[in-house]
Amino acid sequence: MDLHFGDSKPTDDERAAVDALLGPPASAWEGADDRTDADLRWARGGREARERRDQLLPGLHAINDRVGWISEGALDYLCRRLTVPPAEAYGVATFYAMFAVKPRPAKVVHVCTDLACATRGARAVCAGLEERLGAAGSASGGVVWQESPCLGLCERAPAALVIQAGQPASPGRLRPRTPAPQSPAGLEFATAVVAPATPEAVVLAASAPEAATAEPPATMAVPQAGQQGLTLLKRVGVVDPASLDDYRAYGGYTALRHAFDLGPAGTIREVTDSGLVGRGGAAFPTGRKWQATASQPAHPHYVVCNADESEPGTFKDRVVMEGDPYALIEAMTIAGYATGAHLGYLYIRGEYPRAVRRLEHAISEARARGFLGDDVLGQGYAFDIEIRRGAGAYICGEETALFNSIEGYRGEPRSKPPFPVEKGLFGKPTAANNVETLVNVLPILTHGAEAFRASETKLFCVSGNVTRPGIYELPFGATLGELLDLAGRPETLKAVLLGGAAGGFVRPDEMDIPLTFEGTRAAGTTLGSGVVLAFDGTVPLPRLLLRIAEFFRDESCGQCVPCRVGTVRQEEALHRILDRTGAEAATDIALLREVGQAMKDASICGLGQTAWNAVESAIDRLGAYK
Amino acid sequence: MTVTPLGIPRRLIEFTLDGQEIRVPEGSTLLEACRGAGKDIPTLCEGDTLTPKNACRVCVVEVEGARTLAPACSRRAEAGMEVRTDTERARHSRKVVLELLASSTDLSTTPRAAEWIKEYEAKPDRFGADAARLNEEPKIDNDLYVRDYDKCIQCYKCVDACGEQWQNTFAISVAGRGFDARISTEHDAPLTDSACVYCGNCIEVCPTGALSFKSEFDMREAGTWNEDEQTETTTVCAYCGVGCNLTLHVQENEIVKVTSPHDNPVTHGNLCIKGRFGYQHVQNRG
Repeated sequence: MDLHFGDSKPTDDERAAVDALLGPPASAWEGADDRTDADLRWARGGREARERRDQLLPGLHAINDRVGWISEGALDYLCRRLTVPPAEAYGVATFYAMFAVKPRPAKVVHVCTDLACATRGARAVCAGLEERLGAAGSASGGVVWQESPCLGLCERAPAALVIQAGQPASPGRLRPRTPAPQSPAGLEFATAVVAPATPEAVVLAASAPEAATAEPPATMAVPQAGQQGLTLLKRVGVVDPASLDDYRAYGGYTALRHAFDLGPAGTIREVTDSGLVGRGGAAFPTGRKWQATASQPAHPHYVVCNADESEPGTFKDRVVMEGDPYALIEAMTIAGYATGAHLGYLYIRGEYPRAVRRLEHAISEARARGFLGDDVLGQGYAFDIEIRRGAGAYICGEETALFNSIEGYRGEPRSKPPFPVEKGLFGKPTAANNVETLVNVLPILTHGAEAFRASETKLFCVSGNVTRPGIYELPFGATLGELLDLAGRPETLKAVLLGGAAGGFVRPDEMDIPLTFEGTRAAGTTLGSGVVLAFDGTVPLPRLLLRIAEFFRDESCGQCVPCRVGTVRQEEALHRILDRTGAEAATDIALLREVGQAMKDASICGLGQTAWNAVESAIDRLGAYK
Repeated sequence: MTVTPLGIPRRLIEFTLDGQEIRVPEGSTLLEACRGAGKDIPTLCEGDTLTPKNACRVCVVEVEGARTLAPACSRRAEAGMEVRTDTERARHSRKVVLELLASSTDLSTTPRAAEWIKEYEAKPDRFGADAARLNEEPKIDNDLYVRDYDKCIQCYKCVDACGEQWQNTFAISVAGRGFDARISTEHDAPLTDSACVYCGNCIEVCPTGALSFKSEFDMREAGTWNEDEQTETTTVCAYCGVGCNLTLHVQENEIVKVTSPHDNPVTHGNLCIKGRFGYQHVQNRG
């Protein structure tokens, strides 16, 4: 590989940001300014440097966090450091919505306009910002604002996220080797979440995000907090998420001790016997996945926690991570132990700054206390966790796209087979589970498979037009109506979106659908990621469908034709029939059906395969456009 | 003469293709099996010298028991599989995919596209006159080749040929996302400022004519390109000692482009800048 780097140079700030992550370059081959004698005799880099390609995404984050965008010089320098071809790195940088390769201000405001926020006044927030900060995408006063897909703050909708690029807030965290020069604007890296958002509050937060009022505690998202009988949420709002001791005082790390008693095979048996199935939407038996990974002859094995929760209307993983971060670490350790992995990757979506901070803290704490590291709990088992921050791409929630993203490639899904248990992250056997699935492993090991089966629960994210939006934990078998009653059903319920944008609508007269995987399937819909978005009579259905279509068009990775073009044609057709009904809409509905069928049948991954589900269900079940 | 490498003998596996029991060497793709059985499955992103990316999805077939259709080009045959190539479901997907492609890109120089559109009764026009497409002027930033993004179906073949599969130059990659994704150099720079070494191997594998010789592009513009009048002569490149095969495409006694036989076991259709573009001296009759 003979790489070509242009002659654009990084600024001091950009270089410092990259060096803070990777350490200073060892030789001129890696971009050091001075060539030493040794550099003339030996070529460095090659395989050794290429094996660090998984640092590409963290490197892009480092530059973007420091400067606010990724310049040619910065990208080329990062490529030199990692021996990555600049064209490929450019392809990666332009893949993610949170990165920019054109200059922009250090302060970027992301305003959620997705389903839950749309029902709670996102339009008004955008209009207010347009008045105060100018049109979306245009920089004014050192701030630029833009519309964003779901920020996962649905219980406090409408929501906005402010990100200010600058020096690392706590210099200790990134440990720059040399005193870094000041950022041009002298800013500190900071994030602020404004939810519920008003234009005034957003502008205020954007002016000084580092001083913005703190977010309310995670408990606010759990109306049941403190209630007896909770399994998965029992510690959220009860323990101090920063304290490992507090976690242990509330039963933390008993599950891992049980796992060590049982041994890897016994742990898998317990999980298999519990009948736990994946909560990410596909409902695949977790025990079988672990068994399949554990039994692969190729090594190393990996565990990956999929915390890239980007389904519009979903925020349960965020609440669990923010409120009970050690639970996730313990569960990942158990997964690693059972499957024979020594390294776990925790991939968190970039729009969750607080969850990232809490888990970074929890991991370093666990490491310092021997709950992670070379000798976990003195059992001779080595396990550690690396966090990877996503950068705004719904598709990275697809497990194989997530692997590509971690590896430093574009987050495009791979074709299956081979399946991840055989060839996953870095081409090695990998067990990938989402946060909710993993957290379920703790009660299984603490109380046994039998007890778990008797009281298995599911998390639901209820938002939209309800009086008490938030995360609810209910035993399997509760009905949709019971859940909505808990959350405060709107007076005129018009429709419920189950399972998020990739799920389907149900009618107000279908409230007795049992919220189980089998029950929803029998009713011709899906539980998906546990989204329950309620809409009352004020919500214009065609606009909602259009927003769903826009979402999929924006989030398609573009790899396969049915999804890349199909999602665009779907959106065009929905635009055409926005205010039409009956015979006027019939041709376009027929067209939508044909394109939808091909997307469902011929797309590479779940994104394209489900991009027409919600629209189809709105037409068939709700009689939209009739 | 074409040399056909025999390779290591492989086990045969048996599966059902359109109700017929057939045997193929282990590791064969469904597309290879179909071709062996004399079935013509349309495909655009599959190439004989590259690992298919299965991005175009024109070759989908129905595999018994699978929730979705499978791309024949990259799905390997498994013993006991039941595959149907001509079901209504598979035909429907192929039809719609061809419509989606033809409505968003210019397939006028894509071999066989018109034939398939007819066969599957695809009607690309039904998405309306304002259906989104690129509508971009061809990019001409050097004297050797032209990039016409209007014709690009993003099959990734050029990226793979330029990158790890053959050339190892990595001058191009896919940038952007979704409908806005496009093949791009680093920082979207002109080809002349990029890592490109002008081997032209990307042109060799481009299935739609989105990448073409400047010579071919100019002649098409002038209306003088006539493939029926061209002769093809395969010879050996005289520049160095490797001995790559060159196929000279000659029209009216002028070399109009140079390709290379894909079944050559050494080069697999790849050339360097000299072999691909350094033919003017032959025509220098001064």
